[in-house]
Amino acid sequence: MTLHMEKGGISRSARRSLWKLSYLQRKCIFSVLSVGRLPIHIAFIMDGNRRYGEQRNLKEGAGHKAGYLALMLMVIYCCELGIKYITAYAFSIDNFKRGPDKVQYIMDLMLEKIELELSKKDSLFSRYGVKVHFSGNMELLSDPIKDAAKRLMVATANNSNTLLTVCFAYTSRNEILHAIQETCQEKLAQIQLQESISEGRISMCNPGQGNDVLKLADIEKHMYMAIAPDPDIIIRTSGENRLSNFLLWQSANSCLISFSQLWPGISCWHLVWAVLNFQRNHYYLEKKKKKQI
Amino acid sequence: MDFKKETRILYCWIAQIGNLLLRSLWRLIHVIINLCYLTLGIAKAFESYLISWGILRRYKSLQVAKLRYLAIVVESKDACQTSKIIELLQWLADVGVKHVCLYDMEGILKKSKDFILEELDGAILFGEAYENNEIPDQAQMTLEFASFSDGKEAVAKAANVLFMKYLKSGATDQNQEEAIFTESQMAEALKTVGSGGPEPDLLLVYGPARCHLGFPAWRMRYTEIIHMGPLKSMKYGSLIKAIYKFTMVRQNYGK
Repeated sequence: MTLHMEKGGISRSARRSLWKLSYLQRKCIFSVLSVGRLPIHIAFIMDGNRRYGEQRNLKEGAGHKAGYLALMLMVIYCCELGIKYITAYAFSIDNFKRGPDKVQYIMDLMLEKIELELSKKDSLFSRYGVKVHFSGNMELLSDPIKDAAKRLMVATANNSNTLLTVCFAYTSRNEILHAIQETCQEKLAQIQLQESISEGRISMCNPGQGNDVLKLADIEKHMYMAIAPDPDIIIRTSGENRLSNFLLWQSANSCLISFSQLWPGISCWHLVWAVLNFQRNHYYLEKKKKKQI
Repeated sequence: MDFKKETRILYCWIAQIGNLLLRSLWRLIHVIINLCYLTLGIAKAFESYLISWGILRRYKSLQVAKLRYLAIVVESKDACQTSKIIELLQWLADVGVKHVCLYDMEGILKKSKDFILEELDGAILFGEAYENNEIPDQAQMTLEFASFSDGKEAVAKAANVLFMKYLKSGATDQNQEEAIFTESQMAEALKTVGSGGPEPDLLLVYGPARCHLGFPAWRMRYTEIIHMGPLKSMKYGSLIKAIYKFTMVRQNYGK
């Protein structure tokens, strides 16, 4: 099932039958895929929404709406396949450099879609047991969006089949700096407490003398993405071959896959191809992960 | 009761046959995929020979100046093949690439750095030339050697440097929610701990999978990542093609 069905003027009952048929088709394909090792965490860089709209002469912003639908379909496919963690790169801090009207459109779209999901009794997230989490520097967002995001996280908190992390106002560098800041503040609070107990007799050790105050494990637990394991696969659409400040810390052993298709045109077959490639390289990537530990 | 038992046995047999069919189908799909990759590999090898012999004209004029800093990620078990590494670096020198970072997870290349620098005429260590956060413009080839310890562990060390500065500054009473560290402070701290370096424009992965194997995260924001296949089957033509494709890329940097 693709987005083309939305435009064709097909009747509702015909759409339902087509959806059931495609569901059975996917069930067969996923049964075959499940013979091999399945990834636990798949991340998506949803690139190409604007170009999709421009190529089809759609009105401003229609590409992003199509991109949202593609994300929802991809979440459904991943849930059917049994993927436990899905991460989507929805909006980068770098994207704030775009024109204010373009940024505002995306913010309005995000708000609209969150409110829509919250208003439905039988939303996609409750049907598929998807818990939603927003990762990123939420302080950069306006209060209505922050509030809506929190409400959606609370509303889906009890779902336990799959965790969907939406990276919004996110970059890896910001994530690393934020984690270091949180770690520093935590450590400072500990030191101040210890000093007040021992009446100022604690001495600070200098770093680089084999006795660093801040440990790597402390920093990692404050990462925005500490809620999920490292991704097994990172998929980027629109033919680009870079991570664009996404999951740089977590992607050391991730299988990086690039498709030339623009994001709104992504289909189940792309997911199948990505999983097959992961299965080809799985043994090698597992060996690398074990060496790191 | 016998009928129920027989039905159960029948279902068991059907499930086992079904499982066998699924496994066979899965194996067949992977065999077909491997054959596809083999055919693609042969086609790429043929294309790389055409590029090497100068038959494909568009690869003749390479705008190498666009490639200011190149990183090469190598599988650690292949990093012992220093002759292959030196050959690759000589190809890069011939093409005109001036600044290269060599990375392998376990630091095998770091151990061979003196030998590699000796074998490459005129090449110097990058750190000696890198000042004021700018890539130097010079005729000599510069080499940087990095490993996994220059990634996450270096960030942890840099975090300690920042923490010490933060304590000494006495600004610990500021609003806890405001950002206390900037990206440029982090870059300076990484340089202090010996893991500072420019962001590569292009990263070539020589290994079985397209995976950067822990290349320092701080330095990879907009780096193009290309998978070149195993080091033992590296080809000059494939290298030229990868550099050429990089020079054709246009980035928006988020805009």
